Amino acid sequence: MNAATNPHVNYILRLADGSLVLAQRLSELCGKGPALEPDIALTNIALDLLGQARLLLSHAGTLEGQGRDEDALAYWRDAKDFLNPTLCELPNGDFAQTCLRAYCYVSWQAVLWAQLPQSSDAALAAIAAKSCKETRYHCEHLGDWVLRLGDGTAESHARMQRALDYLYPYTNELFDSDATDEAAAAAGLGPLPSTLAADWQAQVLPLLTEATLSVPATVPFHSTGRRGVHSEALGHLLGEMQVVARAHPGAHW
Amino acid sequence: MSDRKEWPLWEVFLRSKAGLDHKHCGSLHAADGAMALQMARDVYTRRQEGVSIWVVRADQIVASAPDDKAALFDPMADKIYRHPTFYELPDEVNHM
Repeated sequence: MNAATNPHVNYILRLADGSLVLAQRLSELCGKGPALEPDIALTNIALDLLGQARLLLSHAGTLEGQGRDEDALAYWRDAKDFLNPTLCELPNGDFAQTCLRAYCYVSWQAVLWAQLPQSSDAALAAIAAKSCKETRYHCEHLGDWVLRLGDGTAESHARMQRALDYLYPYTNELFDSDATDEAAAAAGLGPLPSTLAADWQAQVLPLLTEATLSVPATVPFHSTGRRGVHSEALGHLLGEMQVVARAHPGAHW
Repeated sequence: MSDRKEWPLWEVFLRSKAGLDHKHCGSLHAADGAMALQMARDVYTRRQEGVSIWVVRADQIVASAPDDKAALFDPMADKIYRHPTFYELPDEVNHM
């Protein structure tokens, strides 16, 4: 059975893969941050996201009932079976783009987590309740960088504005609803993504304004990662993330 | 790069859950106090070491000179009567 046939599993996988892929992107910076302190801070955030991904993937595996655990789902699916929003898989780029991308996603998570404790899926509700606090810190820390660099030197401002122009169209996808989302909403699993837009904008737009950044005009572009149609960046990311597990199947510490 | 401004150094003090006072635990570089607090959280409380953080700019600390050590502290070595070891402490007196 393919996960795509079960909207409940799909709904959880979309969240799991968003956390997992962004965790992988942020951990690329481990040991390579611009200074020791932000290096540790970003790696901490990556670890938190990985923790969310593990819980969500395990839950998806249980719901699916095909005997796939978190490792099977993380390491043995191919790109087309990953359901993260495209935003999460884009390359890190410079430090401005790294921070802004992560900020856009974790602030979306913050809005979502706030509603999921009411989910009809008790496990999902518990994961959301647990993740709420760490996500609040992620928003604070990453938002702080967006503010500092946006409202910083001419160079840092230009870089942050460039990152915003590049990334902003990819946030459209976070608020797209399709059959999976409608089924999830009907079952009381979680809110329709389209209903999250107002809260997200209320959180993000004032920060961007304070950071003296111009919010790009809305564009019709909608990325499609949540439906398994990805940018080429995901293939490279998975190649690196999965190579050890696939070279040594069943290996353990 | 020589023209690159370094972030100033901050000393970090943590109060642990069971502790009563903040204890010095290390230092880090950060652009300002707010950033120093966040960095301290990420660098020094990864294993639940603290429930409260102080950060102080290292250049704001007035420190005694190591060379003065003998003059400042050695005269106390033979004044054992300054230690409260000759008194019975009532149980009600905590945290001496």
